[in-house]
Amino acid sequence: MTLLRVEGLTRLFGGLVAVNKVDFEVPEGNIVGIIGPNGAGKSTLFNLIGGSIPPTSGKVVFGGKEITGWNPHHVAREGIARTFQTTALFEELPVYVNLVIGRRMRTRSGLWDVILHTPRLRREKNETTGKVMEVLEFTGLGQYANEPAGSIPQEAQKRLAIGVALMGDPRLLLLDEPTGGVGMGETDNIIALIDRIRAMGITVCVIEHKMRMIMSLADRIVALNFGVKIAEGVPQQVCEDPSVIEAYLGECIA
Amino acid sequence: MMKKFTKPGLYLLLLGLAVAFPWLKFIGVDKYQIRIMTLAMAWAIAALSLNLILGYTGQASLAQGAFMGIGAYSFGILAQRAGLNFWLALPLACLITAFIGLLVGLPSLRTKGPYFAIVTLCFNVIVFKVFENWTWLSGGIQGQVVPQPAFLVQRWARYYFVLGCLVLVLVVMHFIVKSLLGVTLMSIRSNENLAEAVGINTFRNKLLSFVVSCFIVGLAGSLLAIENGQLDFTITSYLYSFYILIYVLIGGAATLAGPVVGAIGLYWLLDYMKKVGIKGVEEFRYLIFGLILILVVIYLPRGVVGGTKQFWEWAKTRFKKKKTGEVLE
Amino acid sequence: MSFFLNQLVIGVQIGSQYVMVALGLTLIFGILDISHFAHGHLYMIGAYLLYIVMVLGGINYWLALIICMAVLAVAGVVVERTVYRPLRGTPQINTFIAAIGLILMLETLVRGIQPKALSVPKPIDTTLRFAGITMEAQRLIVIVGAIVLIVLLQLFIKRTRLGTAIEAVAQDREGASLVGINVNRISALTFAIATSLAAAAAVLMAPLAFISPEMGSMLILKAFVIVVIGGLGSIKGAIVGGYLLGILEAMAIAYISSAYKDVFAFAVLILILAIRPTGLFRGRE
Repeated sequence: MTLLRVEGLTRLFGGLVAVNKVDFEVPEGNIVGIIGPNGAGKSTLFNLIGGSIPPTSGKVVFGGKEITGWNPHHVAREGIARTFQTTALFEELPVYVNLVIGRRMRTRSGLWDVILHTPRLRREKNETTGKVMEVLEFTGLGQYANEPAGSIPQEAQKRLAIGVALMGDPRLLLLDEPTGGVGMGETDNIIALIDRIRAMGITVCVIEHKMRMIMSLADRIVALNFGVKIAEGVPQQVCEDPSVIEAYLGECIA
Repeated sequence: MMKKFTKPGLYLLLLGLAVAFPWLKFIGVDKYQIRIMTLAMAWAIAALSLNLILGYTGQASLAQGAFMGIGAYSFGILAQRAGLNFWLALPLACLITAFIGLLVGLPSLRTKGPYFAIVTLCFNVIVFKVFENWTWLSGGIQGQVVPQPAFLVQRWARYYFVLGCLVLVLVVMHFIVKSLLGVTLMSIRSNENLAEAVGINTFRNKLLSFVVSCFIVGLAGSLLAIENGQLDFTITSYLYSFYILIYVLIGGAATLAGPVVGAIGLYWLLDYMKKVGIKGVEEFRYLIFGLILILVVIYLPRGVVGGTKQFWEWAKTRFKKKKTGEVLE
Repeated sequence: MSFFLNQLVIGVQIGSQYVMVALGLTLIFGILDISHFAHGHLYMIGAYLLYIVMVLGGINYWLALIICMAVLAVAGVVVERTVYRPLRGTPQINTFIAAIGLILMLETLVRGIQPKALSVPKPIDTTLRFAGITMEAQRLIVIVGAIVLIVLLQLFIKRTRLGTAIEAVAQDREGASLVGINVNRISALTFAIATSLAAAAAVLMAPLAFISPEMGSMLILKAFVIVVIGGLGSIKGAIVGGYLLGILEAMAIAYISSAYKDVFAFAVLILILAIRPTGLFRGRE
């Protein structure tokens, strides 16, 4: 079943076409890699899907629902979570608080619950704490639980960003260069994490630069260049596509 | 074990001092001092209200002066002109202020940072001009008389009533801050874009904290009005918005003690300087006030309380290092 | 009809003041990202300096104008160095607060020394009559003076090396420093220009009204309104916005009510920002 479908998605910035009539599909349960040289429009694509920027034209359909142009918080509630290329965290807040915030959209307590001390507030706090422990273990961040998010190592921050995204029980996870700035050995940690996420049944869409990594991890690949989709298919196919080879100057490794 | 008891212990001590304050004649506490403390505590409530939007959602509003005036006038008009019972007029005044806050917040909360500060400041100026010129509403220079209910005719009664309100506001804010709601507000201050991306409706939350803050500052305004027994249009001055901002920042935003320390401390300092200053030029205390503000924002950006906390944390880690003999990074 | 024309001329004159103050503010706000709320009070200091130099010192008005502009330029540089530079890199609201501190200091200092409103004699005390318009010569001086200064500013920015450097920093601060443009020097220069413009506005305006410690307060709020509406860093926006506000205000005073004239600008601002939260024109975000 197709979880995400993008149709004719286009975004203009003044005279510049950042994303140009891109179509592709993300089947449920898959890991889809998005590749392309710098400036190909990959992050913009995520911004369009996630709602940070409205598209100039085109459609985004998620789980059968059209979500084109929805606000980011609306999109998140619908089940799409994302990370950002420049790691976005609540830096001065402790790691576990970052995770709590990630869960907030699934709780309903508000001002009256606080003032009246309703059982709902206590219940949701407990539920959240439980989920936080789960995700801390899942992402291997237990040792950093009380540290300010901005003070933990770079690679742990990347895992935390993924953890925050997972707290909301997403159906689709958009990862924007999850191994950016991370050394070779630690990259494997993150790859393993993504595999475990797929095993949980969550669909993943990954923007990546490191070709070897994405080739082994992804079920399907979408290649972009200058905002245009130049290839789509299984890794082997895409790798042998002439326009992809041209864009990457033959850097592809099967 | 020790940790658990020091903090509540400190608060109980402070509460005890506050309760005992009016009776401390032997250190010179007289009628005048009680009045100053009552006023200072009302300002502390106003500072706490700003702290909710500034320290927790990161929006610097410069309209608290206007809302304080609106709360004060709502109470005065309801209590004196409409003849409403005190226990009805007070909450109603707060609700009116909160409602106007809603009307103001809806268009202005889409702006951010300095834009938001300027919009709120403009709103304050407009309110001030309206109150200045619309004498039916404000009573002009003569102002509006504020009736004191029978049980608050005594000075010390008013002191305890305001103290009670301050404690109540502190308790409620403590619960908000520790709750899921509080965490949500902090996330907006920390990284608004990320908060949106994780499903938080930042606009609705900012509006909520704005409205609650207006409710609280409306209470502060009403309390000031009750203590003074009368009002005039100057209570809506935008200068008060500046003062409230200063109290919060110097005391320390994003802490609960900060605004209270800042408001009470600075209010007393200003009053003290009035007496100590050169005869006839009591205005000069504002010069020092301004200098303090500049110095604090440059050298002590987390305010007195925040800076103290920071220093305490630093001192603890240094002490720990020394004890274990290790050289930590 | 001649009443309308008179009001229009007054509007252009008021607008001239607004433009001179708003220009400096938009440069500082747009290029340096500093919420220089104290700009109006430096304007006020300029007016008081005129009084000291001209009335107490007996110096000729035109020479006093030059002196005031020069001294205030230095004052602006000092303010930037001592108050705002330490706050570079911190959230913008910090500069706003530091500016408030500065305002308090300046206003109480002046009020403590001389709380009474002062006045300054007009250099040319005649009334001009032409084309059905009656106006004091000083108003024409304000209008012409403003135009001269605006043109000089434009020439400076477009034709000199320093001017183009300022424009470069306005567009891309990091890029500019990579190319070797000294950001500190540009900051100081921007403040010098902005504050001397404010001084000029004050000196030109002073003979038409009273000098008082709070004369800068309303002005700075309106200047912010103009800058926000016109776009941060946009010189064109400041010019258009300034004259527009001046004319609208003059019309409001004449045809509606003078009590609420100040409110007018602020109501417009709230309306505009409610519709477009980032201002009308695109300046820097």
